[in-house]
Amino acid sequence: MSTPILQVQDLQVTYYTDAGRAKALDNVSFTLNSGEKMGLVGESGSGKSTMALAMMRMIKPPGRIEGGKVIVDGTDLVTLSDGEMLKARLSKIAYIPQGAMNSLNPVMRIGAQMTDAIRAHDSSISNSAMTERCMQSLESVDLKREVFKMYPHELSGGMKQRVCIAIGILLKPKVIIADEPTSALDVVTQRQVMETINRIQKDLGCAVILIGHDMGLMAQSMDKVAVMYAGKLVEISTVRQMFTHPFHPYGQALIHSLPNLDNKGVLQGIPGLAPSLLRIPSGCAFHPRCSKATEKCMVVTPRLQQQPDGRFVSCLLYEEDKVTA
Amino acid sequence: MYLVRRVLFLLFVIWVTSTIIFFIPRISPRNPIRERLAELSRSTGYAPKDLEKIVQAYNQKFGLDKPLAQQYAEYMGSVLRGDLGPSLNQYPKTVWELILEALPWTIGLLISTTLISFVLGNMLGALTAWPKSPRWVKGLMAPMMMLQGVPPYLLGLLLIFFVAFRAKLLPMGGAYEIGTRVSFTAQFIFDVLRHQLLPGLALVLSSVAFWALGMRGMGITIQGEDYVNFAEHKGLGAMVIFRDYYVRNALLPQVTGLALAFGQVIVSGVLVEQLFGLPGLGGLLGKAITANDYFVIFGIAFFIIISVTVLMLLVDIVYPLLDPRIRIDSK
Amino acid sequence: MTTLAVNSPAAVLQPKRSTLVLRYLRRNKSLGFGLAILLFLTLFSITGHLVADVNKLAYPLAVKPKQPPNPLCVFDSTMKIGKNCFVLGTDFYGRDLFAVMAKGLGQTARIGLLAGVLGTLVGTLLGFTSAYFGGAIDTVIRGITEVLLPIPVFLIQVLIAGAIDKKSVTVDTMALIVVMLAWMGPTRVIRSQVLSMRERMFVNVAKLSGMSNLEIIFKEIMPNLLPFLGSALVGQVFGAIFASFGLAVFGLGPLREPLIGNTVYFAQYQASFFNGWWWWPLWPSMALILIFGALTLIMVGLDEIANPRVRRSE
Ligand SMILES: Nc1ncnc2c1ncn2[C@@H]1O[C@H](COP(=O)(O)OP(=O)(O)OP(=O)(O)O)[C@@H](O)[C@H]1O
Ligand SMILES: [Mg+2]
Repeated sequence: MSTPILQVQDLQVTYYTDAGRAKALDNVSFTLNSGEKMGLVGESGSGKSTMALAMMRMIKPPGRIEGGKVIVDGTDLVTLSDGEMLKARLSKIAYIPQGAMNSLNPVMRIGAQMTDAIRAHDSSISNSAMTERCMQSLESVDLKREVFKMYPHELSGGMKQRVCIAIGILLKPKVIIADEPTSALDVVTQRQVMETINRIQKDLGCAVILIGHDMGLMAQSMDKVAVMYAGKLVEISTVRQMFTHPFHPYGQALIHSLPNLDNKGVLQGIPGLAPSLLRIPSGCAFHPRCSKATEKCMVVTPRLQQQPDGRFVSCLLYEEDKVTA
Repeated sequence: MYLVRRVLFLLFVIWVTSTIIFFIPRISPRNPIRERLAELSRSTGYAPKDLEKIVQAYNQKFGLDKPLAQQYAEYMGSVLRGDLGPSLNQYPKTVWELILEALPWTIGLLISTTLISFVLGNMLGALTAWPKSPRWVKGLMAPMMMLQGVPPYLLGLLLIFFVAFRAKLLPMGGAYEIGTRVSFTAQFIFDVLRHQLLPGLALVLSSVAFWALGMRGMGITIQGEDYVNFAEHKGLGAMVIFRDYYVRNALLPQVTGLALAFGQVIVSGVLVEQLFGLPGLGGLLGKAITANDYFVIFGIAFFIIISVTVLMLLVDIVYPLLDPRIRIDSK
Repeated sequence: MTTLAVNSPAAVLQPKRSTLVLRYLRRNKSLGFGLAILLFLTLFSITGHLVADVNKLAYPLAVKPKQPPNPLCVFDSTMKIGKNCFVLGTDFYGRDLFAVMAKGLGQTARIGLLAGVLGTLVGTLLGFTSAYFGGAIDTVIRGITEVLLPIPVFLIQVLIAGAIDKKSVTVDTMALIVVMLAWMGPTRVIRSQVLSMRERMFVNVAKLSGMSNLEIIFKEIMPNLLPFLGSALVGQVFGAIFASFGLAVFGLGPLREPLIGNTVYFAQYQASFFNGWWWWPLWPSMALILIFGALTLIMVGLDEIANPRVRRSE
């Protein structure tokens, strides 16, 4: 297809907590073409938000980006100066936050919160042009123009979420990361917001990373799915591959735990607990919970490798032939 | 509707307070007139034989011989008409005259110090809680915590000792150099300012700490808020986030605090005026208390309670302008 | 709430309780520092009571004592080293300021504690009744509190103290004057805390399981209120000492007693700086600064326990 708009290479983040060092992101690498939509799934605490924040260079102490590259449209964000990074936010890469409910300043009008974002990137733009762009942005997320003059408390949850999206697309970024944009909304609103995101993605032709837990939503509107486990990407494949024939045992367990008519009434989960990032199991981090684990899995750490069908998997089951070959 | 209820409530507060401050000195066994006359005779060495008669006469003149209930009704009536009565101790001056003489001093001192410390304290507090500010700013917090509790009177005492008594940099007390005439010349104004410096500093020091600590607590809470994070995601500069997202939100409860703190500010001011021998309400109150001068005590207390309630009302009116979530009618 | 767990029996099993407390105080610096200052003042006062005959030396005398009153002698009455020995010097009335400070600290503590405990008790009781039973009781108590709260309490205290015949004012009546108008703060805090707790699950569960009102109050609500009660108590003690000091500044209250505030008053009254007795107001004002500073630090520390959200980020 087209050239990759986003390349993440060996991204590493560590949180230095009182209890020890937590490797929240361990050598994460993937690429995304422009116009592609990737879903990012994984248990709570697996590091999804951390990845998004690291890409925005918004990891705060006690966390630190230890290494890696985030190349958007040819520029490596990690090496930018702080000032350049400020400009890159929203214009190259935008983040739509996890808790849209509280993400808007309660004492400022929506309009002011949109224009200050534009103003920060373009000090020469005229006020009327700025207002016009905000209005367009609001309309493109199906909000009325009046919202511009309103305060956050006058909006519903879904509307606030849309405002956040409208802010995210103000400067037509190349990559949009949406962190669980629908998790606090009811089902109908969820669908509407997802449709909005899809349409905007088409209009702008940008790449989208959607973080979430709802596999159904992922299946419906994403192109690719990436599975994260204990700070590592363990499988990246197309939606079709993922849902028909997942490779990684964790991915398989995720898909099998989805309710369907066949296993009605049985709530399936993945046995065992998600590991603490402070004490990640040796070898493959998933081995204590894996039904197919061998002794080797406790010692050898698998690497993310491309499979013949194009997907990436990090599991010794699929590494073996290559190692022996 | 809310405002009307609020005004009625505050009127009620004023009425309750004035009733309390009317009755307390009058239940007292002390009689200001007898005390005053006794003092006069002590200082002049002349003891009138019919002292009791004179006391009676004065009691009658000021209406103090009537039953309490009647005195109360009559006096409240005159207060409503704006007449606070005569001073018992400095007759024939009226209470209003005395208050108006003292008021400019107190207002000047309190308003300027409150404004300075509110602005300075909130700025300091916001900065100490702001993660990006330098270390030495954060280090200011420890002395602030201690300072917050120390009454300005004591700070004033130390200032007098070190700055005025030891270093002889500033005058130890008084409103202006003894012997100068009250006038509006530059020289006189400069002299007054010089005399106000220490009392002002004493008041500012501890209330700066008070506001700084309050603001710091708010600031720490606000920092964790999603909207501050999202503002950073938008690529806004630190200054804009600090001003529009952080300070504006953290400041809201502080504005409400302003009205509540005002009572304490007045008390501190009164004490500091007493310490420095300034001719403001504090000095007046001190004299009135020593002499049990009912009407002056009532007048000052009444005046203070009115200013406190008016300020509360003002905050009620201004607050909705600052916080769009609150509308006056919504309550 | 989490820090409270430190004091719960389960957590105390391994290291000794005292080491745990000390370790906690190292973390909660303001609390530790405040308590340390109070400890220092207490020790000073106790030492003073032990080495000097405070009940004689702290009161005005017609004749200055000839014997060196205590073994810690350095200064004489003019703050020059040697001769007649008084560690902190003497005042215009011939009182040994060391004894005055020792006795005064004790008496100031007495006013603070008496008024503080009484005020907190009354406030807690009212707050509890108001919040727990609600209805008409609540309306009345809340109404009274709301009306009294905007009034500058100190003003009324001044009036009351001024109206009382000076000779009949003792340290204890002073404490009572202070209490009369000082219970509104705790009432309000406790009421709102109990209200929020009443709504929380555990009280409802306790109700369902058939606990009586009293049982619920003492077994379920009280333990959770402790940090707030502690904070309210310290606040009350602070208010009481402040009031007694403020009244002293106007020459009100039990002036015969060597309360610290009174000592400041007399030093001012005799224009001590002008007359060269510079040390006279210095000791009491430093003591008061320490007391007020310490109490404030303790309140900040207790707030940290009661409300972990304001905990320092460093
Ligand atoms: N500020 C921090 N300090 C210490 N550890 C942190 C911090 N933020 C995140 N972590 C740790 O990093 C890990 C990843 O957190 P992250 O928020 O990225 O998870 P997530 O996958 O987004 O979870 P969720 O689905 O619940 O949003 C967690 O184990 C968390 O404990
Ligand atoms: Mg997350």
